[in-house]
Amino acid sequence: MATEAEEIRGIGHRVRRKEDDRFIRGAGNYIDDIHLPGMLHMAILRSPFAHAKINSVDGSRAQELEGVIAVVTGELMAQHNLAWMPTLSGDTEAVLATDKVRFQGQEVAAVIATDPYIAKDALELIDVDYDPLGVVINPEQAAAADAPLIRDEKEGQADNHIYHWESGDKEATDAAFAQADRVVSLDTFYPRSHPSPLETCGCLADVNPATGQATIYMTSQAPQLIRTVFALVAGLPEEKIRIVSPDIGGGFGNKVPVYPGYVVATAASLLLGHPVKWIEDRTENLISTGFARDFWMHGEVALKEDGTMTGLRVSLDADEGAFYADAQPSKFKVGLFHIVSGSYDLPAAHVVADGYYTNKAPGGVAYRCSFRVTEASYMIERLVQNAAYEIGMDPADFRKKNFIEKDQFPYKSATGFEYDSGDYHGAMELALEKVGYEQLRKEQAEAREQGRLIGIGLASFTEVVGAGPHKDYDILGIKMNDGAELRVHPTGKAHLKISSQTQGQGHETTFAQIVAEELGIQPEDIKVTHGDSDDTPYGLGTYASRSTPTVGAATAMVSRKLADKARKLAAHLLEVSEEDVELAKGRFTVKGAPDKAVTIQDVAFAAYTNFPDGMEAGLEGVAYYDPPNLTFPFGTYAVVVEVDADTGQWKVNRMVAVDDCGVRINPMVVEGQIHGGLCEGFGIAAMEQITFDEEGNCIGANFLDYLLPTAWETPRFELGETVTPSPHHPIGAKGVGESATVGSPAAFVNAVIDALWPLGVRNIDMPLTSAKVWEAIQAAKAGAAAG
Amino acid sequence: MEITVKVNGADRTADVEPRMLLAHLIREQFGLTGTHMGCDTTSCGACTVLLDGKPVKSCTVFGVQADGREVTTVEGLMQDGQLHPIQAAFKEEHGLQCGFCTPGMMLTGSVLLAEHPNPTDEQVRWAISGQICRCTGYMNIVNAIQAAGRTMSESKQDAEASVA
Repeated sequence: MATEAEEIRGIGHRVRRKEDDRFIRGAGNYIDDIHLPGMLHMAILRSPFAHAKINSVDGSRAQELEGVIAVVTGELMAQHNLAWMPTLSGDTEAVLATDKVRFQGQEVAAVIATDPYIAKDALELIDVDYDPLGVVINPEQAAAADAPLIRDEKEGQADNHIYHWESGDKEATDAAFAQADRVVSLDTFYPRSHPSPLETCGCLADVNPATGQATIYMTSQAPQLIRTVFALVAGLPEEKIRIVSPDIGGGFGNKVPVYPGYVVATAASLLLGHPVKWIEDRTENLISTGFARDFWMHGEVALKEDGTMTGLRVSLDADEGAFYADAQPSKFKVGLFHIVSGSYDLPAAHVVADGYYTNKAPGGVAYRCSFRVTEASYMIERLVQNAAYEIGMDPADFRKKNFIEKDQFPYKSATGFEYDSGDYHGAMELALEKVGYEQLRKEQAEAREQGRLIGIGLASFTEVVGAGPHKDYDILGIKMNDGAELRVHPTGKAHLKISSQTQGQGHETTFAQIVAEELGIQPEDIKVTHGDSDDTPYGLGTYASRSTPTVGAATAMVSRKLADKARKLAAHLLEVSEEDVELAKGRFTVKGAPDKAVTIQDVAFAAYTNFPDGMEAGLEGVAYYDPPNLTFPFGTYAVVVEVDADTGQWKVNRMVAVDDCGVRINPMVVEGQIHGGLCEGFGIAAMEQITFDEEGNCIGANFLDYLLPTAWETPRFELGETVTPSPHHPIGAKGVGESATVGSPAAFVNAVIDALWPLGVRNIDMPLTSAKVWEAIQAAKAGAAAG
Repeated sequence: MEITVKVNGADRTADVEPRMLLAHLIREQFGLTGTHMGCDTTSCGACTVLLDGKPVKSCTVFGVQADGREVTTVEGLMQDGQLHPIQAAFKEEHGLQCGFCTPGMMLTGSVLLAEHPNPTDEQVRWAISGQICRCTGYMNIVNAIQAAGRTMSESKQDAEASVA
C-alpha cells in the first residue's frame, strides 16, 4: 500500500508549464494551422469611408475571377435575416453593410475562393458605389445639434446619444463638495488603444450539409457562450453547434466579441457545403475589432485642509463607435468604472457617464481592462497625486492618510461595491521600501538643483474581478456560473475539464495544481481540457481576470466533492469508519495511526474495482461555482523616470510593482502575468494610440503606426508581493491577469508629471510621446514667463 | 516557378507563384506551421526564420528568393530528438505564454548565442528588438536566452574536458 510520497506540487509551486512542450517545438495548433479537406478561403471587403451611403454593391466582376466560388453581400445576408446581429450590450451591429457604412473598415462584402491570394485579388473587383456623408469622430462632435445622425436605421434614435448612467449618491456628494476646504480637479482623456494580440482573429467554419452539424474553430475567449449566442441568433439547434477554441495567440479581450467575419464564414459554409476559413490581416484587426478606452473624463475631489478626501465626482463621455458593442456582462453601462473611488475611504462619490455613437469601430471593452477598471484606476490615481501636490503633501503620505484601513474590510464603497479584503498600507510600505522612496526624494531634490528632471510616480490601485454575482451580471440573461468536471481514472491519473479557456495564461498547468493541492495527484498526471464546447462544462469564458476567481473555485469544489467520496473508499480499504480517515497531500491516514494509510491512487483503483456495497462505481463529478461576490486584488506600483527637458524624451529608471492577488497558485505564472501587464501598461502610457483624422481615417492601422513596446524600450520590472486571501473564495485566490494594466499607466504618467510639476505641468494625455512632453514643457515655460 | 529550398537540412521542392511569401511557402507548401504570421509589415517578427543562418522576417521575403538557399524554422531546432538548449530554457524560465512569438524569439536567440555565448541584458534586448511579444514583458525571454547561453557554454566546456 502507501509508500513515502514525493512532495505534491500543488498551490504555491513554480510548476513549469505543461503546454510549453508543444509551443517550444512549434507544434501549437493555432487557428490558421488547421486545415480541412475541401476548405475554402474567405476575405472581407471593407469600407474606405467612415460614413457613406451605399448605393450598390456589385460582385459580378469578382465572381468571374477563376477560383472565386462566391461573393457574399449584405443583400444576400439580409435574405437569410443575417445582415444585422445583436451585440452583447443590447444594441445591433451590421454583419455586412446594406444601407450605409458607419466606420472605416466596416465589413461590406466577402469573397469565398479556393485560395487566400485569389480571395484577396477578387476584393479589388467588387464595385461599390458610395455617397460619402458627414463624419463624427468624438463625443463632442456627436453631441452637436447639427451632427450627422449615425444610427438613422434605429427606430426612435433621433441623435447620437446612447446612454446616460449614474452611480453613487449625488446629494451626499454635492454636500461634501459644499463643505470642502479645497477642491482639486483633473480633465484627462484616456485615448483609444487596441489589445493587438500577436495572432489576429479568425475562424474555420465547417457545416456538414448532410447532418447539419456545425463545427466552428474560432479565436474565441468564450466558446460555450458563443455556442449559445449562435443558437439564439442564427436559430441553429444548440446541440449541433460545436465551438472549438484551439491554441490562441493572445487575447487581452480582443477575442471575446462575435465578429461579422465569424457569422459570414459560418453562413458561407452552410450555403456552400464546404469548410470556410477566414483569417484577418493585421490592419483588419486594428481597424475593425474590439478596441479599448476612448474616455473623456473630468474628476474632482473634495478635500479638508489636512488632506482628508471627503467626496469624489467624476463625469465622462464615452466614445463607443458606430455600434454599442461593449463586451461586458454587468448591468452597469460603463462596466465597473464606478470602482473609481479606488483604494480610498471616500464617504461620498458620484459618477455620471454618457455614451455616444461615432464613426469609429465598435467594441469598447477590451485590452486587459476588467470592464473599464483601467480608466477608473487611472482617473483616481492621477487625481490623488495632483490633489496631494495642490494641498502640499507628499503623494505617498496623502494616499496613506486616505486609504481604506485593513480593519475596515469587508468595506462597502460609496458606489456600492463590497471590497472583500485588503491591506493597502502593507503593499504601499513594501513598494516604498523596495524602491527606496525617501532616498529617491532626496536624490530628486539634488537633481532639480542641477537642472535634471527626475520624477517618482505612484499608483495604489484596487482591481475588481471575478464576474460575477447573479444580481448584477449576466450575458443575454445567462448567469455567470462556471464549471469544472473532474474524473479520476483507475490508475490514479485524472482528467479535468474546465469552462474557461487559455490564451497563454497557463490553465493546463495551474488548474491541475488546484486539483493536486486538494487530492494529491501530481499536476503532470492531470490532463486539462478546455476550449471545446462539446467537451467541457458550461461557462462564460476567460476575460476580465475571471478564470481563477470563478473556474479556480469550481475546480477546488469538484476536487472536494471527489475527496469526500475518496474518503469513504479509503475508510472501506482501511477498514475503519469514515470519520477516522484524514486526507493530506494524497494520503489517507487513520487518525492516531499515521502508519496505516492508502494513497489516492489506491483509492482511485478501488473506485472501479473494490467499492463498498451500495456505493456507485467511479470517481468523478462536476461543480458549478456561483460567485457570491467579486474579488478585489490590489497593489502599489512605483516608477522612477528621468525626463530630458530639451527633447521631451523620458526614460524609466526603475519600475517596482507590489501586487496582492490573494493566494498565488503558481507564483511563476503570476509573475509572468504581471510582467506582461506592466509592459502593456507601459505601452499604453508611452506609445500605443489609435487616432482618426477629420474624415474618420484610422491612424494606427498597422504596427508601423500603432506602436507596441519592444524589448528595447520596455523597462525592467522589479516585483514584490503581499498576500491577503479573499475570504469568500475556496482557495483564497483573487485573479491577477489585469492588475498591471489597471495599475501601471497612472504610475508611469504620475512619474512624468512629478518630474514636471515644478515647471507648472498638471496634465499630459497619454500616450506620453516625446513630442507631447516637449510641448507641455514649452507651454508651461511660456505660461510661467507670461505669468 | 519551381524552386528547391533546403529546409531544416532536407531539400524540398515546390512549384510556386512568384508573389508567394516565404512564410506562406513554409506554412502551406511545406506544412511547417510553427512559423507564425502576426502583422504583414515586417514589424512583429512572429514569422522569423533563419535564411542561410541569419534571421529574416519571412512575411517580407518571397518564396522564390529562398531558391537554392537554406531555411531553418523552429521545427529544425531539435537535434537527434533532443531539445535545443534554448527550447529547454524557454520552458524552464517561463519565457513564453501564448507561444505565438516563441519560435521567432528562439531562432533569433540561437543566432545571438552563436556569436555571443554569454550576452548581456542589453545585447539580448537589442537582438530581439525587431520582434514583439505581447505576453511576457520580455523579462523572462531575456532570462531564457541568457540561461540557454550558460547551458551551452557549460556543455561545450564539458565536451572539451572529456576530449582532453
